[in-house]
Amino acid sequence: MNRRPPEPVQVVKQRRDAALTALAGRVPYIRFLNISFDRRGDELTGVLNYDDKLIGNPQLPALHGGVTAAFLEVTAIITLSWGLLWEDVESGALTLEALEAGNLPRLPKTIDFTVDYLRSGLPRDAYARAHVTRSGRRYASVRAEAWQDNHDRPIAQAHAHFLMPRKEG
Amino acid sequence: MHVDKTELAREFINLVPQARALKLEITEIHDGIAVIRMPYDPQLVGDPDTGVIHGGAVSTLMDTCGGAATMSHPSNPGGTATISLRIDYLRAATPGQAIVARAECHHVTRSVAFVRATAHDDDPDNPVATATGTFTVEGAT
Repeated sequence: MNRRPPEPVQVVKQRRDAALTALAGRVPYIRFLNISFDRRGDELTGVLNYDDKLIGNPQLPALHGGVTAAFLEVTAIITLSWGLLWEDVESGALTLEALEAGNLPRLPKTIDFTVDYLRSGLPRDAYARAHVTRSGRRYASVRAEAWQDNHDRPIAQAHAHFLMPRKEG
Repeated sequence: MHVDKTELAREFINLVPQARALKLEITEIHDGIAVIRMPYDPQLVGDPDTGVIHGGAVSTLMDTCGGAATMSHPSNPGGTATISLRIDYLRAATPGQAIVARAECHHVTRSVAFVRATAHDDDPDNPVATATGTFTVEGAT
């Protein structure tokens, strides 16, 4: 038996958080909408941090439906990419230095995206999670949902297909 | 009469904060048809390796355009909200070029408006995306 001792928790966390920051932080549109990600282990929750410029109906007021759709698409893409990255982050194949230099695989490309609006989005933070139903070599199928105060009362749900980035080599 | 309606719609869209953030501009609106232009903006890039605009910004453009087309339908709906929207991304929009969406509200019932839309960049014969949507029809005013 020649097993490596487990890495200290802060080393593991630092590498995972660096991977997530590198992944989401370099997309300008994610900054434009001010979307951040909470991470618990490998589980991600997107957070759409409220701002007045996200409003689409000033009378109600309500979030713009396009923003809600965009939030779901961003969460789907990052969750899908995170799944691709996870093994290399855990094995240490992706080093902290490589991550900080932005050495990341290309992002999946959206083929189609369908959103159902269930309730109007209130002028406050929203949350979203995506579930990768299938992540194949060429295509992936993802669904996502967004909610605000109550997870049981989603404001929108989406499903989408993505073209996967080609693996190098 | 078209001129006045387009002007009114332009003022209306300027009151929508997210439309203003994307610098959306209505170029045509009448009889259930709306055309809206979204200028290229580096802030909207979704793929930093290529500079291609994020699909989410295209969603907002398509959604706004579909809602505007519904509002301009001759049946004169008092208001509208999106029920569902499906977008097919045919190709990556060329970086640096504006994206123009054209939506047509082709059928309206008492409660639902049905919309088709396409979006293109500087090459109008080669669309970047197509969309279909359903919208609510609120009581006419």
